[in-house]
Amino acid sequence: MRWLRRNLVGIVGIAVLVYLFVPIAVIMVLSFNKPSGKYNLTWNEFSLDAWTNLCGVPGVCSSFVTSIQIGVISTIVATVLGSMIAFALVRYRFRGRSTTNLLIFLPMATPEVVMGASLLALFLNLRFPLGEGTVIIAHIMFIISFVVVTVKARLQGMDPRLEEAARDLYANPRAVFRYVTFPLVLPGIVGAALLGFALSFDDFIISFFNAGTLVTFPIYIWGAAQRGIPVQVNALATIVFVVALLIVLTAQFVNQRRRRSLATSVVPADALPRS
Amino acid sequence: MVAVVPAAGRASSTPSAQKSSRTGYLLLFPGIAWLAVFFAIPFVTLFLTSLQKPIEGQSGRYAVGLEFGNYASAMAEYWPLFVRSFVYAGIATIIALVIAYPLAYFIAFRGGRWRSLLLVLVIAPSFASFLLRTYAWKTILADEGIITSTLNALHLLPDGRILNTGIAVVAGLTYNFLPFMILPLYAALEKIDPRLIEAAGDLYASPATAFRKVTWPLSMPGVVAGTLLTFIPAAGDYINAALLGSTGNRMIGNAIQINFIQFRDYPTASALSFVLMAIILVLVFTYIRRAGTEDLV
Repeated sequence: MRWLRRNLVGIVGIAVLVYLFVPIAVIMVLSFNKPSGKYNLTWNEFSLDAWTNLCGVPGVCSSFVTSIQIGVISTIVATVLGSMIAFALVRYRFRGRSTTNLLIFLPMATPEVVMGASLLALFLNLRFPLGEGTVIIAHIMFIISFVVVTVKARLQGMDPRLEEAARDLYANPRAVFRYVTFPLVLPGIVGAALLGFALSFDDFIISFFNAGTLVTFPIYIWGAAQRGIPVQVNALATIVFVVALLIVLTAQFVNQRRRRSLATSVVPADALPRS
Repeated sequence: MVAVVPAAGRASSTPSAQKSSRTGYLLLFPGIAWLAVFFAIPFVTLFLTSLQKPIEGQSGRYAVGLEFGNYASAMAEYWPLFVRSFVYAGIATIIALVIAYPLAYFIAFRGGRWRSLLLVLVIAPSFASFLLRTYAWKTILADEGIITSTLNALHLLPDGRILNTGIAVVAGLTYNFLPFMILPLYAALEKIDPRLIEAAGDLYASPATAFRKVTWPLSMPGVVAGTLLTFIPAAGDYINAALLGSTGNRMIGNAIQINFIQFRDYPTASALSFVLMAIILVLVFTYIRRAGTEDLV
């Protein structure tokens, strides 16, 4: 009883973690299913059909590729624009700081349906043709804020003494940036880009409003939900999940080793940012 | 111990070290311009669209107007959906807070060297498609499924089923936005010095009192950020209502989407979006006032 009380938080915590993975397990298990009707909702019979024939259903793979394209382009642009803003916010003084902060905070506090609708209202009034271009514009818009927040946190967590030391050793501003600041901020920028890609790849609501006839992977799933989602979609989602998890775990591992080797070789451990 | 030392070094990165030059504005300009053109200005066009009037004889075409009556007619038709959205989102947020707190607490205070791995596990489910995860709840909550039949055996379900009821929609909302609750809670809890909680114990506070008087107040910034980050997307969501609910569980997002894309009734859809945004902003600002955390960014 005493043991139970002491470990109650742990037990509930682990239970919540397991709960988070229940739908993932369902998605994975059903990717090996051979549904009896058109809906892949209940287990019927083991089959590898979806895995051996990933692009077997028309539209699945093309929408998947479209989503990757959109994700890559929007992530690159948003990461550059967002990192620049983060640098300006942390390192420079300028007028209109509170308006800038508000403009960065609001997109994260606005329901997607409102952002999607208002952007569509703009495009409709301008008679701007909907398609891949408008979806990319929309994605860049909502990713920027997340990039700013992530990169800004990294910049603020940096020990200013490392840059001071470089200046003391007669590095010119460009060299300080090239050899000290940038390498230290890079993990934050990479993290922001990964987050941005994940947000773009999985976005449905804003994309659906501004896509016109374009079909992204989530839009494909939405359309298929009415007439039965093909098993291939589950297989592709499983692949995306595993690949993303591997990338994040590798990043974690590299980061930890880097920090450990840095800590032992260059600077005392307590001088390094904790994040 | 750890917290004290770097803080002294960090002080020099505040404005004194900041440069004031044209570079700052140049760095700022492209991104801010993007947000101004594609986030701020669309609100103006949204408002103007909400006041447009139909052109007679041409369905789906509208002319510039000042039809404030659009708001009255949109609200008259859809106010129950507004109420339902905020009720569903409110319940989902409270449940999310209750189940997220123990996990965030566990990671922050008992996680040890597994902390970052546990945090990866919290966000990992988001790597699988949002729509597909929501769809998976159809399988989990199915009428013949374990959950539904168990609850039915205990006579706990008023309708005898979960799927296609409000319960399924709230369950979906709670699940989908749970990581947005866990992460800010963790960030706030992680900053708490465990010695403060120990001190409360040393001064004969029971664990419950120590939690109520020390841990909970100190975690307040995380509670505020988490509830906002859960409530706002939940209130505007229509995927859960569309996939897990019936026509009787439609939320305001469903109405906006259908009016915009199917009916091409742009003024009504714009009016609804504008009202939704206004209500959310008012709620957010009163909530932040009352909860007392001003700096969110």
